[in-house]
Amino acid sequence: MPWTKIYSNKEEFEKAAAGSTLRGITYKEAILEATSRMLEQDKSVFVIGEGVDDAGGVFGTTKNLHLKFGKDRVMDSPLAENGITGIAIGAAISGMRPILVHMRVDFLPLTLDQIINHAAKWHYMFGGKLSVPLVVRAIIGRGWGSAAQHSQSLPSLFTNIPGLRVLMPATPYDAKGLLRAAVYDGNPVIIIEHRWLYDHMGHVPEDDYTVPIGKGIVRREGKDATVVGISYMAYEAMRAAEALSKEGIETEVIDPRTVKPLDMGLIIESVKKTGRLVIADTGWKECSVGAEIVARIMEESCGILKAPVVRVNLPETPTPASPALEKAYYPGVDHIISAVKKTIQK
Amino acid sequence: MPINIIEKIEIKYLQIVNEKGEADSSLMPPLSNDEIKKLFETMILARTFNHRALSLQREGRIGTYASIWGQEASQIGSAYALDKDDWIFPSFRESGVFVEKGYPLWMLYRYWAGDERGMQIPEGFYLFPMSVPVGTHVPHATGAAWAMRLKGHRKVAAAYFGDGGSSKGDFYEGMNFAGVFKAPVIFLCQNNQWAISVPRARQTAAKTIAQKAAACGFEGIQVDGNDIFAVYKATKDAVEKAKNGGGPTLIECFTYRLDDHTTSDDASRYRTEEEVEVWKKKEPLIRLRLFMEKKGLWTKQYEDEVSKKAQETVDKEIQKAEAFAAPDPADIVRYTYGELTPRQKRELKEFGWEK
Ligand SMILES: Cc1ncc(C[n+]2csc(CCOP(=O)(O)OP(=O)(O)O)c2C)c(N)n1
Ligand SMILES: [Mg+2]
Repeated sequence: MPWTKIYSNKEEFEKAAAGSTLRGITYKEAILEATSRMLEQDKSVFVIGEGVDDAGGVFGTTKNLHLKFGKDRVMDSPLAENGITGIAIGAAISGMRPILVHMRVDFLPLTLDQIINHAAKWHYMFGGKLSVPLVVRAIIGRGWGSAAQHSQSLPSLFTNIPGLRVLMPATPYDAKGLLRAAVYDGNPVIIIEHRWLYDHMGHVPEDDYTVPIGKGIVRREGKDATVVGISYMAYEAMRAAEALSKEGIETEVIDPRTVKPLDMGLIIESVKKTGRLVIADTGWKECSVGAEIVARIMEESCGILKAPVVRVNLPETPTPASPALEKAYYPGVDHIISAVKKTIQK
Repeated sequence: MPINIIEKIEIKYLQIVNEKGEADSSLMPPLSNDEIKKLFETMILARTFNHRALSLQREGRIGTYASIWGQEASQIGSAYALDKDDWIFPSFRESGVFVEKGYPLWMLYRYWAGDERGMQIPEGFYLFPMSVPVGTHVPHATGAAWAMRLKGHRKVAAAYFGDGGSSKGDFYEGMNFAGVFKAPVIFLCQNNQWAISVPRARQTAAKTIAQKAAACGFEGIQVDGNDIFAVYKATKDAVEKAKNGGGPTLIECFTYRLDDHTTSDDASRYRTEEEVEVWKKKEPLIRLRLFMEKKGLWTKQYEDEVSKKAQETVDKEIQKAEAFAAPDPADIVRYTYGELTPRQKRELKEFGWEK
């Protein structure tokens, strides 16, 4: 399937796409397209966020939508993250399907009361009579001195909360399909995107489609070790797998696509085959998505592992601003390669 | 029953020196000629710092930078009115405040080059690191002011934030608390009329930001933010009031951001060149120059000397900044806690940062 492919860079995509009639677009274009289609088709959908009508259009994902759909449906808001989240929730319970956009994940902590105490709770507290079809998009920053307060990943703030869904699409195809799935899911959904995914290319159908929430995908098959690569780390995992393959080690790469719910069935099936597991994540280690995956394996299939799990995460400290330190801070393909080797040597 | 008016709110606007450099002497704060010259020289230094920062950014020698061009009077006039040991909580656009307080310029350049050590404030400075999250530092100033009250110190705290920041709940919450408890705090709104691409009119439907203080039970005043004397006087009065137990004040410095939001922005995509041109004519240094000339405090030669000295200072500071040794990789984990955790000790080895 062309849709399930992941391409490390533009050149690789172009090579694969040569001669094909299938359309290729970037991750950011996929988000823009999904949003634009829903705005066109459904009067209840609207976009709100700080600077969504900016000429840059939130790194291109809302670009010029205000010109097409008007400033009432593509609303630039005052600078008030918690407030606009509450406002979006109010609109959501009144029949709208807001897409709330934050330039950075780091602004989500400002909205935790609205998301955790309200959006996540109301379906439950109103006995299923009320749902909050709110979608919150937020972007992980990296590079250009993003530093401690502009580069966090933070899915675990939300995966811990019953009532929420957390999606972390890695490819253009999934970005488009999961955004649509999120808008029509009915539950409050947090979509965490990674800035470094925005220019990645992939095949994306022009028609509307959804990607099922809670279904991961095998990006590459292999028998020797399983690497779960979340969000941007799916790309690093693919690069690691290619390099390892040259040394005769065949890695299976799984992209969970959504981290709440997590497709544990898929991960467990793979680990049954390989017996070895590496988890590469965009965030910190403690109580992370990786921690959840390991715990679930212990609970559900203890015994399938032939070696201890190795996790590749950020070190236990905030992101440094200094370019030199920042480079040392982020683990990548090399860390995944040594992690895989470590599980195999055991 | 008749309907009675039970409260009326009036908002004052303070301008002391107009665009022609003419002063209303009845309002003029008691500043000596030397002090006026010092203010002028500090503005030149801040502007020189700023222009060099912008060119260093273009050359790739520092990272994204937020220009203060046009806001020098708002920043320096207010900072000058604060005593050396009054606590300051700045936003990311307050390089001018740092310059006024005598903060080492080489450290500021390091900071903007993406080195957190540039914001590890040395002993003797009562500055907090620049807040990158917008507006959320406003309550910190209230908290610091409250601590001063509890400790019996005759000091104030000042929070600097933008027009965009004034839309945040944190701003209201910080102000409201300060009003109730008469905390000695000054809220210094730098209304430069833009929050990236969002114009002031889309932040609030209120005529002024100053009037927001009324809802918290204390005075708000709008000042001409390009008139350094108005900014200085309003801040000085607010400091005196706060130190004498009179509680907080909100000062809205009405000014204009002449540059792009930061070097990563392109303001021509959302505002007209004509608008910027109007404000270029109103920029604060022109006015101060005209005023000083009338008083016989300014000559071209004087300004040339001041500028030359500022250039030299800035050159030296840049050299110092660039000669500063790169940080040690172990710094990445060194300051997360007081001591390294067992996990961090392991990670020092795993990531190969241990010497
Ligand atoms: C809490 C938070 N929300 C959003 C941002 C993104 N952001 C950075 S600067 C800015 C505009 C700030 O405008 P204003 O308060 O007027 O200050 P100015 O930049 O004009 O000095 C925004 C929205 C942020 N840094 N922090
Ligand atoms: Mg502003």
